[in-house]
Amino acid sequence: MSDAVSALKGASFDGLVRVEECGLQGMITLRGDLSNRAVAKAATSVSGQKMPGQNRANVAGESGICWMSPDELLVLVPYSEAGAAVEKMTATLGKVHSLAVNVSDARAVFRLSGPAARDVLAKLCPVDLSPEAFGPGQFRRTRLAQVPAAFWMDDAETFRIVCFRSVAQYVFDLLKAAAHPAAAVGYHTSVGG
Amino acid sequence: MLILQCPYCGIDAEETELAPGGEAHLKRHGPGSSDEDFHDYLFARENPRGVHFERWRHANGCGKWFHAARDTATLEVFGTYPAQTTEPPKEIRDAITARRPGWRWREFS
Ligand SMILES: [Zn+2]
Repeated sequence: MSDAVSALKGASFDGLVRVEECGLQGMITLRGDLSNRAVAKAATSVSGQKMPGQNRANVAGESGICWMSPDELLVLVPYSEAGAAVEKMTATLGKVHSLAVNVSDARAVFRLSGPAARDVLAKLCPVDLSPEAFGPGQFRRTRLAQVPAAFWMDDAETFRIVCFRSVAQYVFDLLKAAAHPAAAVGYHTSVGG
Repeated sequence: MLILQCPYCGIDAEETELAPGGEAHLKRHGPGSSDEDFHDYLFARENPRGVHFERWRHANGCGKWFHAARDTATLEVFGTYPAQTTEPPKEIRDAITARRPGWRWREFS
Protein backbone atom coordinates (compact mmCIF):
# COMPACT_ATOMS: atom_id res chain seq x y z
CA MET A 1 0.00 0.00 0.00
CA SER A 2 1.13 3.52 -0.75
CA ASP A 3 1.47 5.94 2.14
CA ALA A 4 -1.32 8.43 1.48
CA VAL A 5 -0.68 12.03 2.47
CA SER A 6 -2.96 15.04 2.29
CA ALA A 7 -2.11 18.02 0.10
CA LEU A 8 -0.44 20.17 2.78
CA LYS A 9 0.15 17.54 5.49
CA GLY A 10 -1.93 19.33 8.08
CA ALA A 11 -0.37 22.78 7.69
CA SER A 12 -1.87 25.45 9.93
CA PHE A 13 -1.81 29.20 10.54
CA ASP A 14 -2.99 31.31 13.45
CA GLY A 15 -4.16 34.82 12.64
CA LEU A 16 -7.56 36.45 12.91
CA VAL A 17 -8.80 32.88 12.82
CA ARG A 18 -7.13 29.51 12.87
CA VAL A 19 -6.61 28.01 9.41
CA GLU A 20 -5.86 24.28 9.24
CA GLU A 21 -5.57 21.81 6.46
CA CYS A 22 -7.70 18.96 7.78
CA GLY A 23 -5.66 16.04 6.51
CA LEU A 24 -7.06 13.02 4.75
CA GLN A 25 -10.82 12.99 4.25
CA GLY A 26 -12.78 10.34 2.39
CA MET A 27 -14.94 11.91 -0.31
CA ILE A 28 -17.23 10.17 -2.77
CA THR A 29 -19.00 11.85 -5.63
CA LEU A 30 -22.44 10.32 -6.15
CA ARG A 31 -24.39 11.29 -9.24
CA GLY A 32 -27.89 10.14 -10.05
CA ASP A 33 -31.57 10.94 -9.54
CA LEU A 34 -31.62 12.11 -5.91
CA SER A 35 -35.29 11.16 -5.58
CA ASN A 36 -34.41 7.54 -6.37
CA ARG A 37 -34.51 5.41 -3.21
CA ALA A 38 -31.41 3.42 -4.12
CA VAL A 39 -29.42 6.62 -4.67
CA ALA A 40 -30.53 8.00 -1.31
CA LYS A 41 -29.82 4.71 0.43
CA ALA A 42 -26.34 4.52 -1.10
CA ALA A 43 -25.52 7.90 0.43
CA THR A 44 -27.20 7.47 3.80
CA SER A 45 -26.04 3.92 4.48
CA VAL A 46 -22.30 4.66 4.27
CA SER A 47 -22.39 8.10 5.92
CA GLY A 48 -24.94 7.41 8.64
CA GLN A 49 -26.46 10.81 7.85
CA LYS A 50 -29.86 11.81 6.49
CA MET A 51 -30.33 13.10 2.95
CA PRO A 52 -29.81 16.88 2.91
CA GLY A 53 -32.17 19.28 1.18
CA GLN A 54 -31.17 21.68 -1.58
CA ASN A 55 -28.03 23.69 -0.71
CA ARG A 56 -27.70 21.88 2.60
CA ALA A 57 -25.33 19.43 4.25
CA ASN A 58 -25.64 16.95 7.08
CA VAL A 59 -22.16 16.40 8.46
CA ALA A 60 -20.88 14.96 11.73
CA GLY A 61 -17.12 14.76 12.05
CA GLU A 62 -15.73 12.93 9.04
CA SER A 63 -19.07 11.56 7.86
CA GLY A 64 -21.79 13.36 6.00
CA ILE A 65 -23.74 14.17 2.86
CA CYS A 66 -23.50 17.47 0.99
CA TRP A 67 -25.95 18.63 -1.72
CA MET A 68 -23.83 19.57 -4.73
CA SER A 69 -26.44 19.96 -7.49
CA PRO A 70 -29.87 18.52 -8.40
CA ASP A 71 -28.14 15.29 -9.46
CA GLU A 72 -24.98 15.21 -7.36
CA LEU A 73 -24.04 14.56 -3.74
CA LEU A 74 -20.69 14.67 -2.01
CA VAL A 75 -20.59 11.82 0.48
CA LEU A 76 -18.07 12.08 3.32
CA VAL A 77 -16.66 9.06 5.11
CA PRO A 78 -13.39 8.50 7.03
CA TYR A 79 -10.53 8.29 4.53
CA SER A 80 -9.69 4.65 5.23
CA GLU A 81 -13.31 3.62 4.59
CA ALA A 82 -13.77 5.32 1.21
CA GLY A 83 -12.85 2.32 -0.94
CA ALA A 84 -15.18 -0.05 0.87
CA ALA A 85 -17.89 2.60 0.92
CA VAL A 86 -17.79 2.96 -2.87
CA GLU A 87 -18.10 -0.82 -3.25
CA LYS A 88 -21.08 -0.88 -0.90
CA MET A 89 -22.71 2.07 -2.67
CA THR A 90 -22.18 0.52 -6.10
CA ALA A 91 -23.87 -2.68 -4.89
CA THR A 92 -26.75 -0.67 -3.43
CA LEU A 93 -27.17 1.29 -6.67
CA GLY A 94 -27.37 -1.87 -8.76
CA LYS A 95 -28.67 -1.11 -12.23
CA VAL A 96 -29.92 2.38 -11.35
CA HIS A 97 -28.42 4.97 -13.74
CA SER A 98 -25.83 6.50 -11.40
CA LEU A 99 -22.16 6.90 -10.58
CA ALA A 100 -20.17 6.64 -7.35
CA VAL A 101 -16.49 7.58 -7.47
CA ASN A 102 -13.83 7.92 -4.78
CA VAL A 103 -12.47 11.47 -5.20
CA SER A 104 -10.71 11.66 -1.81
CA ASP A 105 -7.25 12.23 -3.28
CA ALA A 106 -8.49 14.86 -5.74
CA ARG A 107 -9.49 17.28 -3.02
CA ALA A 108 -8.18 19.18 -0.03
CA VAL A 109 -10.14 20.25 3.06
CA PHE A 110 -9.53 23.25 5.32
CA ARG A 111 -10.98 24.28 8.65
CA LEU A 112 -11.43 27.94 9.47
CA SER A 113 -12.23 28.54 13.11
CA GLY A 114 -12.66 31.54 15.37
CA PRO A 115 -15.08 34.40 16.00
CA ALA A 116 -13.91 36.24 12.86
CA ALA A 117 -14.38 33.25 10.54
CA ARG A 118 -17.27 34.89 8.66
CA ASP A 119 -15.25 38.04 8.02
CA VAL A 120 -12.23 36.11 6.77
CA LEU A 121 -14.15 33.90 4.36
CA ALA A 122 -16.38 36.74 3.14
CA LYS A 123 -13.29 38.49 1.74
CA LEU A 124 -12.79 35.65 -0.71
CA CYS A 125 -16.18 34.66 -2.09
CA PRO A 126 -19.26 36.43 -3.52
CA VAL A 127 -21.58 35.06 -0.84
CA ASP A 128 -23.64 36.74 1.89
CA LEU A 129 -22.09 35.26 5.03
CA SER A 130 -24.18 37.17 7.55
CA PRO A 131 -25.65 34.87 10.23
CA GLU A 132 -29.12 35.55 8.80
CA ALA A 133 -28.11 34.32 5.34
CA PHE A 134 -25.76 31.44 6.10
CA GLY A 135 -25.38 29.11 9.06
CA PRO A 136 -24.76 25.54 10.15
CA GLY A 137 -26.69 23.05 8.02
CA GLN A 138 -26.30 25.09 4.84
CA PHE A 139 -23.87 24.22 2.07
CA ARG A 140 -22.51 26.52 -0.62
CA ARG A 141 -20.53 25.93 -3.77
CA THR A 142 -18.85 29.08 -5.00
CA ARG A 143 -15.38 30.42 -5.73
CA LEU A 144 -12.56 31.42 -3.39
CA ALA A 145 -10.85 34.24 -5.30
CA GLN A 146 -10.04 32.49 -8.58
CA VAL A 147 -10.80 28.82 -7.87
CA PRO A 148 -13.95 26.77 -7.25
CA ALA A 149 -14.64 25.72 -3.68
CA ALA A 150 -17.44 24.59 -1.40
CA PHE A 151 -18.03 25.05 2.31
CA TRP A 152 -20.34 24.46 5.23
CA MET A 153 -20.31 25.44 8.90
CA ASP A 154 -19.65 22.89 11.63
CA ASP A 155 -20.80 25.45 14.20
CA ALA A 156 -21.39 29.22 14.41
CA GLU A 157 -17.65 29.99 14.26
CA THR A 158 -16.25 27.15 12.16
CA PHE A 159 -16.20 26.59 8.41
CA ARG A 160 -14.98 23.55 6.57
CA ILE A 161 -13.87 24.30 3.03
CA VAL A 162 -13.31 21.83 0.18
CA CYS A 163 -11.24 22.67 -2.89
CA PHE A 164 -9.33 20.81 -5.57
CA ARG A 165 -6.05 19.35 -4.36
CA SER A 166 -4.12 21.02 -7.19
CA VAL A 167 -4.97 24.45 -5.77
CA ALA A 168 -4.59 23.58 -2.07
CA GLN A 169 -1.49 25.76 -1.60
CA TYR A 170 -3.20 28.66 -3.38
CA VAL A 171 -6.27 28.36 -1.13
CA PHE A 172 -4.13 28.06 2.00
CA ASP A 173 -2.22 31.21 0.99
CA LEU A 174 -5.50 33.02 0.31
CA LEU A 175 -6.90 32.06 3.69
CA LYS A 176 -3.68 33.09 5.43
CA ALA A 177 -3.73 36.50 3.72
CA ALA A 178 -7.42 37.01 4.56
CA ALA A 179 -6.70 35.98 8.15
CA HIS A 180 -3.62 38.18 8.54
CA PRO A 181 -3.63 39.76 12.03
CA ALA A 182 -3.51 43.27 10.52
CA ALA A 183 -6.42 42.57 8.16
CA ALA A 184 -9.41 42.67 10.51
CA VAL A 185 -12.50 44.28 8.97
CA GLY A 186 -15.02 43.90 11.78
CA TYR A 187 -17.99 43.58 9.43
CA HIS A 188 -19.72 40.46 10.73
CA THR A 189 -17.71 40.38 13.96
CA SER A 190 -16.44 43.30 16.02
CA VAL A 191 -12.70 43.83 15.56
CA GLY A 192 -10.71 41.96 18.16
CA GLY A 193 -13.76 39.91 19.04
CA MET B 1 -22.85 43.77 -11.73
CA LEU B 2 -25.25 41.11 -12.94
CA ILE B 3 -26.99 38.79 -10.48
CA LEU B 4 -28.87 35.81 -11.91
CA GLN B 5 -30.84 33.25 -9.94
CA CYS B 6 -29.76 29.76 -10.97
CA PRO B 7 -32.95 27.79 -11.68
CA TYR B 8 -31.28 24.55 -10.59
CA CYS B 9 -29.91 25.38 -7.13
CA GLY B 10 -31.85 28.59 -6.47
CA ILE B 11 -28.71 30.56 -5.58
CA ASP B 12 -28.67 34.24 -6.49
CA ALA B 13 -25.35 33.99 -8.27
CA GLU B 14 -23.24 37.06 -8.73
CA GLU B 15 -21.67 37.40 -12.18
CA THR B 16 -18.23 36.13 -11.19
CA GLU B 17 -19.78 32.84 -10.11
CA LEU B 18 -21.14 32.36 -13.63
CA ALA B 19 -19.68 31.63 -17.05
CA PRO B 20 -21.34 33.27 -20.07
CA GLY B 21 -22.47 30.96 -22.88
CA GLY B 22 -23.54 33.47 -25.51
CA GLU B 23 -26.86 33.85 -27.27
CA ALA B 24 -29.64 31.40 -26.48
CA HIS B 25 -31.91 29.26 -28.63
CA LEU B 26 -29.55 28.85 -31.58
CA LYS B 27 -30.55 26.12 -33.99
CA ARG B 28 -27.53 24.06 -34.90
CA HIS B 29 -26.72 23.69 -38.60
CA GLY B 30 -24.00 21.10 -39.04
CA PRO B 31 -22.71 18.81 -41.81
CA GLY B 32 -25.05 18.70 -44.80
CA SER B 33 -26.55 22.14 -44.20
CA SER B 34 -26.28 24.98 -46.69
CA ASP B 35 -23.28 27.30 -46.51
CA GLU B 36 -25.58 30.18 -45.63
CA ASP B 37 -27.25 28.33 -42.73
CA PHE B 38 -23.89 27.17 -41.42
CA HIS B 39 -22.49 30.69 -41.69
CA ASP B 40 -25.43 32.14 -39.81
CA TYR B 41 -25.24 29.44 -37.15
CA LEU B 42 -21.61 30.30 -36.54
CA PHE B 43 -21.66 34.07 -36.88
CA ALA B 44 -25.08 35.71 -37.11
CA ARG B 45 -26.29 36.97 -33.73
CA GLU B 46 -29.09 39.27 -32.66
CA ASN B 47 -26.81 41.46 -30.52
CA PRO B 48 -29.75 43.65 -29.53
CA ARG B 49 -29.95 46.80 -27.49
CA GLY B 50 -32.74 45.75 -25.15
CA VAL B 51 -34.46 42.41 -24.58
CA HIS B 52 -32.08 39.49 -25.02
CA PHE B 53 -31.89 35.78 -24.29
CA GLU B 54 -28.63 34.21 -23.19
CA ARG B 55 -27.07 31.01 -21.95
CA TRP B 56 -25.17 31.03 -18.68
CA ARG B 57 -23.50 28.32 -16.63
CA HIS B 58 -23.36 28.26 -12.85
CA ALA B 59 -19.69 27.37 -13.22
CA ASN B 60 -18.53 28.19 -9.69
CA GLY B 61 -21.62 26.60 -8.22
CA CYS B 62 -23.89 23.70 -9.11
CA GLY B 63 -22.35 23.49 -12.58
CA LYS B 64 -25.61 23.61 -14.55
CA TRP B 65 -26.34 25.47 -17.79
CA PHE B 66 -29.44 27.66 -17.80
CA HIS B 67 -31.12 30.47 -19.74
CA ALA B 68 -31.56 34.10 -18.80
CA ALA B 69 -33.79 36.81 -20.25
CA ARG B 70 -32.54 40.32 -19.62
CA ASP B 71 -32.20 43.80 -21.02
CA THR B 72 -28.74 44.50 -22.39
CA ALA B 73 -29.15 48.24 -21.96
CA THR B 74 -30.49 48.44 -18.41
CA LEU B 75 -29.27 45.05 -17.08
CA GLU B 76 -32.81 44.39 -15.83
CA VAL B 77 -33.30 40.64 -15.48
CA PHE B 78 -36.73 39.37 -16.54
CA GLY B 79 -36.13 35.84 -15.39
CA THR B 80 -34.07 32.66 -15.67
CA TYR B 81 -35.23 29.24 -16.82
CA PRO B 82 -33.83 25.74 -17.34
CA ALA B 83 -31.72 24.71 -20.32
CA GLN B 84 -34.04 21.94 -21.50
CA THR B 85 -36.13 24.11 -23.83
CA THR B 86 -35.77 25.48 -27.36
CA GLU B 87 -37.76 28.63 -26.67
CA PRO B 88 -38.51 31.02 -23.79
CA PRO B 89 -41.37 29.69 -21.63
CA LYS B 90 -44.63 31.63 -21.47
CA GLU B 91 -44.09 33.03 -17.97
CA ILE B 92 -40.78 34.54 -19.07
CA ARG B 93 -42.34 36.05 -22.21
CA ASP B 94 -45.19 37.43 -20.10
CA ALA B 95 -42.73 38.94 -17.63
CA ILE B 96 -40.96 40.72 -20.47
CA THR B 97 -44.23 41.94 -21.98
CA ALA B 98 -45.18 43.44 -18.62
CA ARG B 99 -42.03 45.56 -18.68
CA ARG B 100 -41.41 46.01 -22.42
CA PRO B 101 -44.77 45.93 -24.27
CA GLY B 102 -44.34 45.14 -27.97
CA TRP B 103 -40.88 43.55 -27.61
CA ARG B 104 -39.62 41.24 -30.37
CA TRP B 105 -36.62 38.90 -30.50
CA ARG B 106 -36.23 36.64 -33.52
CA GLU B 107 -39.58 34.89 -33.90
CA PHE B 108 -40.56 35.47 -30.29
CA SER B 109 -42.67 38.32 -28.95
ZN1 LIG C 1 -26.79 26.63 -9.65
